[in-house]
Amino acid sequence: MRFEKKYEAIVIGTSAGGLGTLQKILSKLPSDFALPILVVQHRLPAADQFLSIFLNDVCQLAVKEADNKEIIKPPMVYVAPSNYHLLVERTKTISLTVDPKVKYSRPSIDALFETAAEAYLSKLIGIILTGANNDGTAGLKKIKEHGGLTIAQNPQTAEVSIMPMSAIQANVVDKVLSLTEMAPFLNQISDEVKVYERRYHKLNMEHQSKI
Amino acid sequence: MKKLEIEEIEVDLLLEGIYQRYGYDFRHYGRASIKRRLQHHLTKADYGIVSEMIPSVLYDESKFKALLFDISVTVTEMFRDPWFYVGIREKVIPFLKTFPFINVWHAGCATGEEVYSLAIVLKEEGLYDRARIYATDINDSALEKAKSRIYPMSKMKEYSSNYQHAGGKRSLSHYFYAKYDSVIVDADLQENITFANHNLATDNVFGEMHLILCRNVLIYFNRTLQDRVLSIFADSLRYNGFLCLGTKETMHFAKVRDDFVEFLRNERIYQYKGIPH
Ligand SMILES: C[S@@+](CC[C@H](N)C(=O)[O-])C[C@H]1O[C@@H](n2cnc3c(N)ncnc32)[C@H](O)[C@@H]1O
Repeated sequence: MRFEKKYEAIVIGTSAGGLGTLQKILSKLPSDFALPILVVQHRLPAADQFLSIFLNDVCQLAVKEADNKEIIKPPMVYVAPSNYHLLVERTKTISLTVDPKVKYSRPSIDALFETAAEAYLSKLIGIILTGANNDGTAGLKKIKEHGGLTIAQNPQTAEVSIMPMSAIQANVVDKVLSLTEMAPFLNQISDEVKVYERRYHKLNMEHQSKI
Repeated sequence: MKKLEIEEIEVDLLLEGIYQRYGYDFRHYGRASIKRRLQHHLTKADYGIVSEMIPSVLYDESKFKALLFDISVTVTEMFRDPWFYVGIREKVIPFLKTFPFINVWHAGCATGEEVYSLAIVLKEEGLYDRARIYATDINDSALEKAKSRIYPMSKMKEYSSNYQHAGGKRSLSHYFYAKYDSVIVDADLQENITFANHNLATDNVFGEMHLILCRNVLIYFNRTLQDRVLSIFADSLRYNGFLCLGTKETMHFAKVRDDFVEFLRNERIYQYKGIPH
């Protein structure tokens, strides 16, 4: 019997209106959510760790500010520190950099999405939420090219519609979800991954007991 | 083989070629960033694929310089992380004042903004005249810019605000004069500074230091290279000397970690307590 793990990671990008939106989605995920989540939220260069501390307080799932060279593994939400890009290495570790701003932004959503696409290939889900620019559109395109799943928040349910709208108009979005549909969908993905992992584990055990 | 895997081979070959030809070692840098920088240079310099760069870069040194300029990230600013300079001013400088003179090393100084920022603090605290400052980088164009002391006027608002938050005692404009849309840093701030090319990946210790700043440079290196560089710093520092890293860099995993104590945690300032050699 052959079956494949469908998804291994989720990347999320957002800017204006992102804090409340992230809270509404992430607080509905369980503490043992099966995929690592990496988040870029645009904010002021001098911003402190408020974002990750706040989200960690209101979520069951653990949220932390990403560290350089950190190994990415679930259950965890990794937030890009302000004024640093969050890149994913093909070894599934994190690289923080002070590379030039991309489209006036550091952290850049495109930089996270594009590097994650090369690391996770078709096993990546990219999500664009509320925001007031077009960062993330190029990143979603790259995720799609590598066979990953691309999602945009329904602009009508977004505090600021420009960012999801930009992605939808560029034809790089597979699925449009309203704010309230977002968490249930992600939970379903997580459950599928858990089922897969249990079956995989069982197979492994059977295999081991045969030898 | 997938295109992505082939691209990996191309990057390996290019970096190996650069190392053998010019001695610049980018093989142990974070890969994702290097690849993005190469991609950027590729588009800018009108190459089709990474392999196409290899002959140009190997045979034509000017092509290599252009590439080097793009892959060494020289992003910097004046008084970046203002609270760091507060720590230097209030906690480190009183310590340094106990020495008759001090040597300071900015490793990876880029275009010099950090060097002049610290120079201003040293001036204001009355330590500048007893300081010899070495500022090094691998990027010659960046060093030239640093020596020229010319910076865009458009950045000054941000820098002034940083300076105020850094505990600045005057107005930042006190240290500049304006010319068209640029500002020029006062020449006497440069008097005790030597700018030089030094490669942390391949060169060695060059003097005994009381204070080393190496901020936002190690972040690009893998653990092996970080270890090498931190050992060079340990070998350079006097007992009780200081090492300052960027806000996202730590000594946590370093081999020489036990030779240092955390002096100011959030500021990432470490003090050398190793056995004097
Ligand atoms: C991001 S800048 C940091 C500038 C400044 N220290 C700051 O924190 O604002 C990194 C600098 O490190 C330099 N660099 C990279 N690799 C180096 C090496 N092997 N040896 C010396 N400098 C290096 C780059 O050329 C660049 O100017």
